[in-house]
Amino acid sequence: MNYSWDWGLLFRSPHIGWIAQGFVTTIEMAVLAWCIAMTLGSLIGTLRTLDNPIAKRIGTLYVEIFRNVPLLAQLFLWYYVIPELLPASAQKFVKRDMADPQFWTSVVGLGCYTAARVAEQVRSGIQSIPRGQRSAALAMGFSTAQVYRYVLLPIGFRTVIPSLTNDFLGVFKNSSLALTLGVMELTAAARQIEEYTFHSFEPFAAATVLYSCVTLLVISLMRVVERRTRIAGNVGTAR
Amino acid sequence: MSGFDWNVILNNRGLLLQGLAVSFQLTLVAIAGGMALGTVLAMCRLSRFRPLAIAAGSYVNFLRSLPLILVIFWFYILTPQIVGHPIDAYSSVLIAFTLFEAAYYCEIIRAGIASVKAGQVNAGLALGFGQFHVMRYVVLPQAFRNMLPVLLTQAIIMFQDTSIVYVVGVRDFLTAADVVANSNNRPVELYSVVAVTFLVICFTASRLVGRLQRKYAL
Amino acid sequence: MIEVTGVSKWYQQFQVLKDCSLTIKSGEVIVICGPSGSGKSTLIKCMNGLEPFQQGEIKVGDVSVGAKGTDLPKLRSRIGMVFQNFELFPHMTVRKNITLPQVKILGRSKDESDARTIKLLERMGLPSQADKFPAQLSGGQQQRVAIARALAMDPVAMLFDEPTSALDPEMINEVLDVMVALAQDGMTMAVVTHEMGFARRVANRVVFMDQGSIVEDAPKEAFFGTPRSERAQLFLSKILQH
Repeated sequence: MNYSWDWGLLFRSPHIGWIAQGFVTTIEMAVLAWCIAMTLGSLIGTLRTLDNPIAKRIGTLYVEIFRNVPLLAQLFLWYYVIPELLPASAQKFVKRDMADPQFWTSVVGLGCYTAARVAEQVRSGIQSIPRGQRSAALAMGFSTAQVYRYVLLPIGFRTVIPSLTNDFLGVFKNSSLALTLGVMELTAAARQIEEYTFHSFEPFAAATVLYSCVTLLVISLMRVVERRTRIAGNVGTAR
Repeated sequence: MSGFDWNVILNNRGLLLQGLAVSFQLTLVAIAGGMALGTVLAMCRLSRFRPLAIAAGSYVNFLRSLPLILVIFWFYILTPQIVGHPIDAYSSVLIAFTLFEAAYYCEIIRAGIASVKAGQVNAGLALGFGQFHVMRYVVLPQAFRNMLPVLLTQAIIMFQDTSIVYVVGVRDFLTAADVVANSNNRPVELYSVVAVTFLVICFTASRLVGRLQRKYAL
Repeated sequence: MIEVTGVSKWYQQFQVLKDCSLTIKSGEVIVICGPSGSGKSTLIKCMNGLEPFQQGEIKVGDVSVGAKGTDLPKLRSRIGMVFQNFELFPHMTVRKNITLPQVKILGRSKDESDARTIKLLERMGLPSQADKFPAQLSGGQQQRVAIARALAMDPVAMLFDEPTSALDPEMINEVLDVMVALAQDGMTMAVVTHEMGFARRVANRVVFMDQGSIVEDAPKEAFFGTPRSERAQLFLSKILQH
């Protein structure tokens, strides 16, 4: 292999700035999309466990649609198609007045996509709780909402913390797809350096290391959270 | 944009179908390659020879920490450097998918084997089966049943993931649609068709997997 | 038949078996009891080499279980074992569960194995269940199938590891009845159980274990009459209270 290495270029201006900015953008997108995904996903997942058939139907419909279309196609839909279908006034806002439309479209797209996955975790977490818990809570006089608030959701979330961690890491990695809409996130930054310097290994290596480190960090953090929230004697939360 | 023009789909159906075929082809090759390599990796991870287990584990965890798009870029620039001459994007993408998916399949297979209870192994041993036969008659049949739905679900996810080859210009379904969309200035129609096609295929497939799972559940 | 001499076993620092010695003669039925965690299940699993041990010797016939060159699969095929959780193979029918080991391990023909399977199922009172899957049977039925599976190998001795602990009360007797019949037929048996009624009916000797040691090893009459150790008395008073 005939390649002249130049690791120094990573630390020269403006490259270092691009990488830093890209990294920050990636984290921002991941965290914002995660907030959407958790809120929406918990709601949808809960809907799917209710006895009401309409609520169930709505939850299922959401999950099936957002799970069965590739994320990249979903991003294209959000960015190129949805604005066309909006009423004129909203169209004007989305196309002209909204600041940083690529970024926010990506966040919403990532959030809604991940929400389907979170919903499935929440549903399976709730459904893994023995029926007796629900009966016991109802027998004490809790309303359905209270049963969810005080019994089912707290237990359900604990059992699916490992899967939810995976979903967060998923959204973190998937945020790289935003580069197709022109968002300058981490992978895009690496590509931009490549285009300017014709050096491909160094910037991509930098991006690789950053992705890996964050993943490692999140996994270690979640281990701690898991240990803190473990319910004694519950198999679902064992190691 | 005034009105929708669905004829653009019909007029370009050849190009779109070709793209869809590429997506399927990519999925099948990556499943075969990924599963073969994934099985080897899983055996390594379960090996009693520690260095082998650690090496396989590091490979799996490292690849799983990266976005697929980054891995695709890596092999897009790396493969020509390694083989010493330019290489088509399609081949580089095949390598990237195989190596990437192998990490995921490894974990699925490992989890499948781990899902078989220790008591089952003991029962097989107590009857007089040797290690190999316990694997062959007791552990693997149960492991395979347990992991089949997950393996197939992963295949569906991978089929969706093939759309990412868009970033290096391989003509999969989404890329073909994108080309048509740009040349006819009809993004709404084409992206909608892409989404609906994927939705129908993946939804049907996941329903089939669900049915299979209910039929073979232990 | 089975001779355990000075066996000790450790899990890392923790000693689970302390210098255990025990002899089971041909045709004898011994019941091993004791509080949970006393090492009784571990001891019985050492007898067919499912659990390794670090010190002492176990001989089955004249084969040493712990020795390096021992053909463990062959040894195990001669000793039947019944587990607390049945451990039938869930992906095989009842028939296949019993037939497959005969074919693959003993090298019996399919027809011969099948005939033997049917005969055993009849003996267990389950003639019509052959083509069901384990999950379609009750716990008591599953455990009887597991006994049939072990018997199909024509074992010289049978080990029972808490065979009724996972069963609902109304199913315990159907399994115990089968075991009593087996004992009366002269099968050599080592049974880990809390079912003292079973011990009273068919055991030759009762072994009481506590904290990894064999505290008492006495003929049935002596054990239920005047157990010598305080710990055994305390244990008996606890489980016989009701």
